[in-house]
Amino acid sequence: MNFIPSDKKHLNDWKRIIIPDDNELHKIDHYISCGGYRALEKALEMKPEEIIEEVKKSNLRGRGGACFPTGLKWSFMPKNSDKPKYLCVNGDESEPGTFKDRQIFEHNPHLLIEGTIIACYAMGVTSAYIYIRGEYNKWIMMLQKAIDDAYTKGFIGENILGKDFSTQITIHRGAGAYICGEESSLMNSIEGKRGYPRVKPPFPAQSGLWGCPTTINNAETISNVPLIINNGWEWYSKIGASRHPGPILIGVSGNINNPGVFEMPTGRPLLEIINEWAGGATANKKIKAVIPGGSSTMILRGDQLEGVCMDSESLKSAGSSVGTAGIIVMDEDTDLIDVITRITKFYYHESCGQCTPCREGTNWMFRILKRFQNYEACSEDIDLLLDIANNIEGNTVCALGDAAAWPVQSIIRNFRDEFEKRTKASELKEAGN
Amino acid sequence: MLTEENIKKVEELKKRYPTKEALILPVLWMIQKQEGYISEESMKYVASLLNIPVGQILGVVTFYTMLKRKKTGKNHIEVCTNVSCMLRGSAKIMEHLEKRLGIKAGETSPDQKWTLSEAECMGSCGTAPMLAVGDEYYENLTIEKVDQLIEKLK
Ligand SMILES: Cc1cc2nc3c(=O)[nH]c(=O)nc-3n(C[C@H](O)[C@H](O)[C@H](O)COP(=O)(O)O)c2cc1C
Ligand code: SF4
Ligand code: FES
Repeated sequence: MNFIPSDKKHLNDWKRIIIPDDNELHKIDHYISCGGYRALEKALEMKPEEIIEEVKKSNLRGRGGACFPTGLKWSFMPKNSDKPKYLCVNGDESEPGTFKDRQIFEHNPHLLIEGTIIACYAMGVTSAYIYIRGEYNKWIMMLQKAIDDAYTKGFIGENILGKDFSTQITIHRGAGAYICGEESSLMNSIEGKRGYPRVKPPFPAQSGLWGCPTTINNAETISNVPLIINNGWEWYSKIGASRHPGPILIGVSGNINNPGVFEMPTGRPLLEIINEWAGGATANKKIKAVIPGGSSTMILRGDQLEGVCMDSESLKSAGSSVGTAGIIVMDEDTDLIDVITRITKFYYHESCGQCTPCREGTNWMFRILKRFQNYEACSEDIDLLLDIANNIEGNTVCALGDAAAWPVQSIIRNFRDEFEKRTKASELKEAGN
Repeated sequence: MLTEENIKKVEELKKRYPTKEALILPVLWMIQKQEGYISEESMKYVASLLNIPVGQILGVVTFYTMLKRKKTGKNHIEVCTNVSCMLRGSAKIMEHLEKRLGIKAGETSPDQKWTLSEAECMGSCGTAPMLAVGDEYYENLTIEKVDQLIEKLK
């Protein structure tokens, strides 16, 4: 977590609540003495459908990338089901530029656990799995300790707080596959299969884990739930941008003076976040480009940032999206062809290979981009790249295909001149100059 | 073969999942932690332990990059080269390691001491450039820090 320099008083108006300024919160007794697990107590006095209604009205939207309304998602779960119901908490966090869920595991694990139990109660779930990327073993162990403590205190397990409600929480450790963050692939991974995404429909709420009704939520999303229960939907819905409210964890990385994760209300101006929260571009350089929400989101030009805010509506009108709120800043010296080649290599590497457009297309895009990198590209290659990206988008089983296409499409749209310059330089090189 | 302690853990885990297939990944992790990698023998062992065809175990092992089918060097250094790290100089870190260790990314030193790999984003972009050795992350790297680390691991 990053702290804001004290001379930036106006930024300090926001009192952090997802990751408060408190290093002891991972200890259960301390968490309880700070009011922890009171939301759980309150929730267990409510009817499950009242909780879903509360979350719906709060306007909480998913922090896993797609900004899907959480309450609505929960309401898709069948009320009566003769099959068990499941919740998967998504802590796979593998989108390049994203390092926020890790802060929750480390600094406020009980908030996540409390949210998970409340979500289970609201949806009638008796078993929750928290899926965490394998590389995060250190944080898995921290979260496991917190879960063990919560079991000991009777917050998880049989007859929670003496009520007629029981649920268990199990951490499932991933093993190095970006695709397992995609919800249906994640379920296959838990089932012990290769992590291939499934064709939808059926949607998880009808047929998810082991063919049973299942909800998948991001770890940060779930961590917002106790706040809503404690303070009410009205309070929550007034934080930040009205159509995408609440506190949000924003990661800032790249050519920036004070990189890190910052908690703030949604809807703060992108330029304020970059220049004030994160201390501005390194060495006072000009900003050439910004990826606003992790490597899958559309890249923006430095001169397009004025007035753009970190919320779903504002970024949509700017031609991008919030994604996982991982802002990557690139200064004027950045070679964007290197950047997009590296990003495309990632998607090529992580494609599960099930669908032809994604499997072949990411490979073709990578090979063409390599030509640009090596000064071997010709002017037709620019449109060829676009053509491949356009043919991947929307034609695949899961959104990894789109995630690979969007950065390429947007970088050509916004920085076509860089590609043209490169092909000209390539032609000169070819001609022996 | 799993240790007795791990066998106990497997029995506990059985209560957490409705199928035995779901135990494949957790059990493979236990094997890898015990032995450093997952051999053909181990796969057969897991297959018989869980009563699942060995082909299915192999299918899982080959899907996940963190599950290793070969022994790596004593120290497996993984350098993130994805965007945020790249913007903060991961190429220089990698170059330096290649020179110091005398091996290229993807190789293991002849004395089995070092394995060097290029890795995807490990969720440390705010403290880039970074590398990992096993579960341990080393962040905000400089050439000096890399040198100190190599001395420590030697
Ligand atoms: C290729 C791919 C990777 C994804 N990785 C993650 C991830 O690491 N963490 C995450 O929460 N969601 C990830 N998602 C989104 C999930 O599929 C899902 O939408 C999300 O977990 C739902 O949670 P939310 O509604 O709370 O946002 C990924 C999606 C795709 C297509
Ligand atoms: S889009 Fe790519 S990652 Fe997704 S299912 Fe198809 S091949 Fe696999
Ligand atoms: S890009 Fe290197 S850790 Fe994220």
